[in-house]
Amino acid sequence: MPRRDFNEEAYVIDSIKFGVLPPHEIMKMAKVTVVRPEIYEADGTPITGGLRDPHFGAIEPGERCPVCGNTREDCPGHFGKIDLARPVIVPHYSETIYQLLQVTCRACGRLLLPQDKISGYLRLLSRLKKKWPQLASNFSVQVRKEASQVTECPHCGARQFKVRFVKPFTFYEDRPEGEVRLTPSDVRERLEKILDDDLRLVGVDPEAARPEWMVITALPVPPLSVRPSITLETGFRAEDDLTHALTEIVRQNERLKNFLVSNAPETMIEDSWLTLQHVVAAYIDNELPNMYQLTHRRKRPLKTLAQRLKGKEGRLRGNLSGKRVNYSARTVISPDPLISINEVGVPVDIAKKLTVAMRVTPYNIEEARRFILNGPEKWPGAVFVTKSRTGKKIDLRYYTNYRQLAESLEVGDIVERHLVDGDIVLFNRQPSLHRMSIMGHIVKVVPYKTFRLNLLVCPPYNADFDGDEMNLHVPRLYEAMSEARELLLVEKHILTPRYGGPIIGGRQDYISGAYLLTVKTSLYTKEEATLILSRGGFKGELPEPAILKPRELWTGKQLASLFLPQDLNFRGKSKINAGPLKCDSEDCFHDSYIVVRNGKLLEGVLDKNAIGAEQPGNLLHIVALEYGVEKARELLDSLFRSFIRALELRGLTITVSDIDITDEAKQEIARLVETYKKRIQEMIRDYWEGRLEPIPGRTVEESLELKIIQELQRLREEAGRVAVNSMDAFNDVFIMARTGARGGEINITQMAAMLGQQTVRGRRIVRGYRKKTLPHFRDNELSPEARGFVKGNFRDGLRPVEVFFHAAGGREGLVDTAVKTSQSGYMQRRLINALQDLVVAYDGTVRDNWGNIVQFKYGEDGVDPMYTYHGKPVNIDRIIERVKGAR
Amino acid sequence: MAKGSTKSSRKGSSKSKKKERAKAAVKAVERKDLLEAKLSAAREILPESIYKELEEKLGSEPELGIEEKALVVEETVRQYISKMAQPGEPVGTVAAQSIGEPGTQMTLRTFHYAGLMEFDVTLGLPRLIEVVDARREPSTPMMKVYLVEEYKRDREKAKEVARKIEYTIVENVLHDMEYTMGDNVFVLRLDPGMMEDKGVTVERVVNALAKAKIGEVEASEEDPYTVLVSVSEKLLPPDYMYDVKTYREIEEKIKKVYLKGIKGIKRAVIQEDFEDIDGKRRPVYYIITEGSNLREVLNVKGVDYTRTITNNIHEIAEVLGIEAARNAIISEILEVLNSSGLDVDIRHIMLVADIMTWTGHIRQIGRLGVSGEKPSILARAAFEVTVKRLYEAAVAGEEERFQGVTESIIAGIPPLVGTGTVLLKVAPRQG
Repeated sequence: MPRRDFNEEAYVIDSIKFGVLPPHEIMKMAKVTVVRPEIYEADGTPITGGLRDPHFGAIEPGERCPVCGNTREDCPGHFGKIDLARPVIVPHYSETIYQLLQVTCRACGRLLLPQDKISGYLRLLSRLKKKWPQLASNFSVQVRKEASQVTECPHCGARQFKVRFVKPFTFYEDRPEGEVRLTPSDVRERLEKILDDDLRLVGVDPEAARPEWMVITALPVPPLSVRPSITLETGFRAEDDLTHALTEIVRQNERLKNFLVSNAPETMIEDSWLTLQHVVAAYIDNELPNMYQLTHRRKRPLKTLAQRLKGKEGRLRGNLSGKRVNYSARTVISPDPLISINEVGVPVDIAKKLTVAMRVTPYNIEEARRFILNGPEKWPGAVFVTKSRTGKKIDLRYYTNYRQLAESLEVGDIVERHLVDGDIVLFNRQPSLHRMSIMGHIVKVVPYKTFRLNLLVCPPYNADFDGDEMNLHVPRLYEAMSEARELLLVEKHILTPRYGGPIIGGRQDYISGAYLLTVKTSLYTKEEATLILSRGGFKGELPEPAILKPRELWTGKQLASLFLPQDLNFRGKSKINAGPLKCDSEDCFHDSYIVVRNGKLLEGVLDKNAIGAEQPGNLLHIVALEYGVEKARELLDSLFRSFIRALELRGLTITVSDIDITDEAKQEIARLVETYKKRIQEMIRDYWEGRLEPIPGRTVEESLELKIIQELQRLREEAGRVAVNSMDAFNDVFIMARTGARGGEINITQMAAMLGQQTVRGRRIVRGYRKKTLPHFRDNELSPEARGFVKGNFRDGLRPVEVFFHAAGGREGLVDTAVKTSQSGYMQRRLINALQDLVVAYDGTVRDNWGNIVQFKYGEDGVDPMYTYHGKPVNIDRIIERVKGAR
Repeated sequence: MAKGSTKSSRKGSSKSKKKERAKAAVKAVERKDLLEAKLSAAREILPESIYKELEEKLGSEPELGIEEKALVVEETVRQYISKMAQPGEPVGTVAAQSIGEPGTQMTLRTFHYAGLMEFDVTLGLPRLIEVVDARREPSTPMMKVYLVEEYKRDREKAKEVARKIEYTIVENVLHDMEYTMGDNVFVLRLDPGMMEDKGVTVERVVNALAKAKIGEVEASEEDPYTVLVSVSEKLLPPDYMYDVKTYREIEEKIKKVYLKGIKGIKRAVIQEDFEDIDGKRRPVYYIITEGSNLREVLNVKGVDYTRTITNNIHEIAEVLGIEAARNAIISEILEVLNSSGLDVDIRHIMLVADIMTWTGHIRQIGRLGVSGEKPSILARAAFEVTVKRLYEAAVAGEEERFQGVTESIIAGIPPLVGTGTVLLKVAPRQG
């Protein structure tokens, strides 16, 4: 496949071959050999042969590199080396070295398998490698297993001894005369003898990684740009951690050299050699097990090579997989119900900082001039101008002759202008859990300091306005801008691929507003109707009023209908269609069955089930699927807005008296509590007297607990029902609960009747003092009150003991969410990593980027769930209805 | 194919219009042919379930004329085709997000299994993680054992099967055990209630103990539920008089003697369900077990091996094959999501199941499975255990080709996903 030439001006990496750096390469790259542990002379100039030798490359301003002759801008930096007095093992290879020592002859270095077997395996391996690389590596494991069992070399007949490996880099050989340590030199000698073909068989690529290279004799020293030193304000130089580690290596290396020259006792040499091995290992990875860490004056461990790459903030995850970007902004968000869902309000201050590169053409040159004349401070202005003729970039903050610049503007110049209304930007709220967490918005520049967001797009972002901040990014290439407009725009994400339904839609006030607008009792005068309709941007004639005398009055349903598509047909149950308001057909007295015929809302109230977010199959969903998402967006920007206006006309508020219940109800609840308590007491007595019948498979204690919890659950439900039935069913609390705007029966129960049983880990509360939950109770008391049953409610208040129980239950919820977010976050990271390469190919199969077919047809029917009716690709009933309607 | 069918239909209808003037009867036949042709074309294109639904719905709409029916068929096919996923659609990422995103809304606790009070079953996020991790053993292994026709209608017969599969050892039916230091006789008193419940006879216990070669076993003559075990001298050390440890060991050994059942099935509980037969609700019994051993349970007489399942996916893969394991993964994930009241399209779950199983063996979602077996070094290194992965690549002399998403991002190349799949571009004319 041809590489992607997305940018002709830059080279594109085609591939990277991994391997072990061979010694001759180290020698070739090295422009300096480091022999002195000191870095600077007394006067502050770098020491030659030290770790800041000028041959490492130019880094000071104006300095010329003695190697390549460039200044610091163009000098790439050069490697140096440290010639190690004795070889040392690179710790991360010791596992490989160990395997090689086990499978090769200690005398002749051949793989411990007969020659005919080796040849046969090699042929098999080369075949496997072509087709199944994964199997090839599994095969190598098998070969290693087989060879490591052999005790006598089939090639030279030498007896093999067991090799023992102690992490991270020590090897012992179990010879008949006793266990002997293998020095790195011994190891290296053995590795040198292994044949290339034998290596291939055990999974080592001899071209890329001759095993003896894994025991290094010279250590490459990276250039200074890899380990820059910084000058503190005090004038002191602070060196990079790597330099510190290298200093230590040089010091130990020189010490060992001295011992060797001075014929020091063998033990001292051994010791010094081991120390050198340790510091080299620490320089590569300072977190190896069984090792002392190199530290900064006994405190913070040094961050050496491995630490730079590792982990979330490491090079790979922190700088390569995710990169910091320019042209982005972040601030607090606040709501604005009057902008389109496709828009975002950008504060002027931010609009003046973010820029868009605009190429001057004959068609926009006048516009570009106007931007320049405004300068960088006045919106809408420009910040930079790049002249095509000279290639020079002019900064308008310092070049203030705007008039002259505007006049000299030519076609082909590039003007970096402020963000203006109509630009496309990406808007994001973390955590970015799904693709709707980053959507394209059209800029609308607004005063003040916050990003403005239409309330209807809160669900996909999961945003609220209690201090949430969001990020904004400006796409700068025309290709990116057009992709953002075509694919990322909010309206393209009204439908979610998660379950084939609308994720954008009304919540809270939109729902109560829709309900209040469309209930039968809502009648509006001409003035009111005009207010409601004009908020929705309605232009046109008012329909015939529903009531002519004594005044002209319009129903809310009439007004809502004006925004619906002319030929829309819809039928469905309202959210309020439950309990006493239940009906199953069009013939519905309670107005809870929605009928829209030819774009007219004839019957039924609009509530959560019709216009709510995340409600598959609702009115909004049908519009989005059958009339297109643009139409759905229009609806969201018009009809939904007038819901809010209708709500403003009426007002929606709650007060304590909304949750008052009658005295009879109070007594009834008290009676319920009594009867249940008695029943439970009986169970407890049965339990103590050993008469309680256990549930099969459970102990008696567990059975009792389960039964009590069940009883108390029922008690709360019954108490709730009593409370609910005694209350005014048309107050605002009830409206919100019934329509699905906010709260439910449970909340009303807890406010008006009782909180009910508090639980921790699904059990009644048992922890606290020994044998009891709080001092108020007797030891081992099992009664409801002693185990977290709260019969108080929020209106009357809780007793002190109840407050504690409630807090215990509440705390569990908090802990739960904290634990859950980290767990599910990790799970999602793994899922994404495992699945991200899967794409629908042109032949309809699902493949990864290497061409492996994972599914022959996506989802077995090839359908994109985003465009389904809650998973079903076609709604045949609706098609039939439509065909019938066309008669 | 869709285009072909619409074309032919247009031709067909214009033809039939001409003939309409000539003969009404022929027209009717023609129309019928037209509908037939449309339906057979639709059958080729539509998935079976939709086609069936279409046929059914058309059949139940007697008022629809033949031409109208043809229109319905045509529209169904058109809509179906218009909803196919587009080439380049990053279905993998979408699936991962669709399953991962609701994770935060999931419960963290173990719950009683749908109204079942007998055991706790892991559900919610922990279970979901378990499934995608492809753990060898679920934290709460469980089986649903369905019974064949002759067994499922009778509680007693179901009980019989349950007893057969429940793993029973002496300890389960033991009331208590006595022994005197220095003596080699152990007196076992059995629990009649438990014996009855587990369906074990004293004789069986005696035989089992005898087989265990601990020593002489005899039923007591005084009490029918007492068994005496005289431990053979071989098992006892010469100076066993005060050797408490030995006694304890023997005691444990006796307790662990196998009586009946299937290894791994800790408990088997009968469940009642209802089935409509001839309009009557009739009880049907099945068994839920704690612990799982699919291979052996399937061999038990009375077990309906076509429906019996376990929640251990590896076991399913071993016994029933990889396709069955795929279905098991799908149903397990679906169950977890549904029990938490979350709504995720099955297509996403199928994709996860497929990536876990398409190689023929079960791979976990993570560094020891799918992510660890990717051909790209950088993708593996960027995921987890960075340094080790890089060194491994060096030893094997691997090459990074930048085919996948992560690697492309690292190198700054647009990945081959979505709009990035399009490699053909128009070179704008210069000037």
